[in-house]
Amino acid sequence: MTGGWDWAYAVEILPALWRGLQVTLLATLLGSLLAFGLGLVFAVVQRNRVAVLHRVVWAFVQFWRSTPLLVQAYVIYQVLPDVGITLGSLAAGVLALGLHYACYTSEVYRAGIEAVPPGQWEAAAALSLPRSRVWLAVVLPQAVPRVLPALGNYVISMFKEVPLLLAIGLVEVVTVARQLSAESFRPVEPLTLAGILFLLISYPASVVVRRLERRTGAR
Amino acid sequence: MLDSLPLILSFLMAGVPPTVLATVGGIALTVVLSAVAGLALVSRHRAVRAVSRVYVEFFRGTSEVVQLFWIFFVLPALVGYQIIPLGAGILVLGLNHGAYGAEIVRGAVRAVPRAQHEGAVALSLSPWDRMRRVVLPQAVVEMLPPFTNLFIQLLKSTALLSLVVVDEVVRRGQLLVPNLGVGEKLTIYLVELVIYLVLALLITAGMRLLERRAAARVGRVPATGVAT
Repeated sequence: MTGGWDWAYAVEILPALWRGLQVTLLATLLGSLLAFGLGLVFAVVQRNRVAVLHRVVWAFVQFWRSTPLLVQAYVIYQVLPDVGITLGSLAAGVLALGLHYACYTSEVYRAGIEAVPPGQWEAAAALSLPRSRVWLAVVLPQAVPRVLPALGNYVISMFKEVPLLLAIGLVEVVTVARQLSAESFRPVEPLTLAGILFLLISYPASVVVRRLERRTGAR
Repeated sequence: MLDSLPLILSFLMAGVPPTVLATVGGIALTVVLSAVAGLALVSRHRAVRAVSRVYVEFFRGTSEVVQLFWIFFVLPALVGYQIIPLGAGILVLGLNHGAYGAEIVRGAVRAVPRAQHEGAVALSLSPWDRMRRVVLPQAVVEMLPPFTNLFIQLLKSTALLSLVVVDEVVRRGQLLVPNLGVGEKLTIYLVELVIYLVLALLITAGMRLLERRAAARVGRVPATGVAT
């Protein structure tokens, strides 16, 4: 029967939910790494004005962040196999997350790069440093720490968006909760616990990010 | 593959009204909740602030998909009746984005210079008039750009309603995918993406208009866009 809260059942399903949550966390971690890397590439390409590439990247970023992650995940999971690229649920999900959030992180990096004083660029030019050294030794070491809190906020957002990958078959915590409730005909405990698990991780994480924001003095 | 484009277009366009309805309904609820919860966050009363803080952290902390499934699957088990999917969707969209909007409102109200509050006190305006005539008109100018982003997030979130079988754009696409040839999948999804892009551009254009009005009202030239 449904209705009410069954503590015994709640305790019984915790290990299964925890396994699902690990998949959610893994997807978040891999998606974040991809978004951090790809976003940086997008930002540097746009700043360096690489031939027509910077216009293409700009247009892609504007388009991709105005459209739903869910549809993008379907494209990657269902359309790519038609051109010979077949990805599993996790790989497709991570690629979808990484690509979507790279469009946000690239803007974050851009702001960070713009905040580096012009004098730094000029000094690097005066020392006739090679382009790669200008970026790796002068600009990025000053730009990246400043934007870490903003990047952290996107990691938290991504974590909360992982469940929509259940649409492409990723067995993350909400999928597990749905399976459990289908088996037991009790939706109350699994879905409520899933929500509590999200809160238990994302609330402390957001407190940490806020503290970091205050320390770096940047928004 | 292009010969099936008219069919795909007409089939997907039929999903636009529910998507727009969910977006507009969600935005309306978001605006109300943002205003109420946001002003509560800057209240002088500790209890009011605490209640609002709990609402904001709860809805920002739990995933939107979980909230949607909870209202759709758990609530009926607890109270015995089911909200129609579109209604449940609008409720979740509004509650979720309202929590983010409350933070925007709080930030904008607190960003109004102290001297403005003090000036209003000196003119012996009532607390209500101080807020309504002095603080809010200035705060609104600050709020509108972040709200544009929030509304576009909300538009994108309406795609989640396909998971609880609301007959919107993405859901209709999912119905179409198995029935058409292999080469058509990309067309279907591209059409979907373009539909969202157009809706997002409409939101941006509408908000730009509001930004210009709000800025003119407090005698400022808008920072973004062309001054007229």
